[in-house]
Amino acid sequence: MRAALEELGVGADEAEVEVLQEPRRGFLGLGGREAWVRVTRRRRPERFAVEFVDQLVARMGVHGRVRAEERDGRLWVEVEGDDLGVLIGHRGRTLDALEYLINVAVGRECGGRQRVVLDVAGYRDRRAEAVRRMALRAAERVRRTGRPATLEPMTARERKLVHLALQGDPQLVTRSEGEEPFRKIVITRK
Amino acid sequence: MIPVKELVELLVKALVDRPEEVEVSEVEGERSVVLEVRVAPEDVGKVIGKQGRIVQALRTVVKAAAAREGKKAVVEILQ
Repeated sequence: MRAALEELGVGADEAEVEVLQEPRRGFLGLGGREAWVRVTRRRRPERFAVEFVDQLVARMGVHGRVRAEERDGRLWVEVEGDDLGVLIGHRGRTLDALEYLINVAVGRECGGRQRVVLDVAGYRDRRAEAVRRMALRAAERVRRTGRPATLEPMTARERKLVHLALQGDPQLVTRSEGEEPFRKIVITRK
Repeated sequence: MIPVKELVELLVKALVDRPEEVEVSEVEGERSVVLEVRVAPEDVGKVIGKQGRIVQALRTVVKAAAAREGKKAVVEILQ
């Protein structure tokens, strides 16, 4: 097996090994046989993701530091730096597209079902907070006036945050209306 | 200058089974850049994705990069 890893230039931590034939020692040098193994390269998701995002960032024409950490079973890949707006785009649409492509690439390269979240300059948390504030403000308005409130168009992920923020409210219901990418949440009284 | 062609190559090669068969050609105009992507026939579906989701994401990213130079980007998958 060591020979196979060396030949492929793959570290033991990146290999998936399947034994096809057990070795046998034989008797007086007769009847012995070698082990056969199949080694498949499965790169570690965090290492692949960081390398890939690092190259992506450079080819988008900006400079950023990339690091990854596991959080709630997901791999968070974070890019830090100045002037990284091109990676985020209008309402995070470029960021979501990049994140989607990274997930497809990681799935292909590393196998398994590791989900990757891409974040740039803390955008994810900032945006989540802003969306929640918007939802609570609109909810307050609906409670006061009784009239439905329509929020700005949001991505599926953002709409989920709104639904979650208001799902426990005894007086209000939230639903999504319209077609992507202009789908919006409408908050109404029950 | 932003290496849009290299960006497309990096992304497409990460999506296919036969990265060695990926070819990207770039036709640059005054205000636009057209990127033609050629992949192995069995990889076409991997670049397009279900309901075109992958190629749509690819276009979003490439357009964002090209827009920084004031250019419109068009990504075509040749088949």
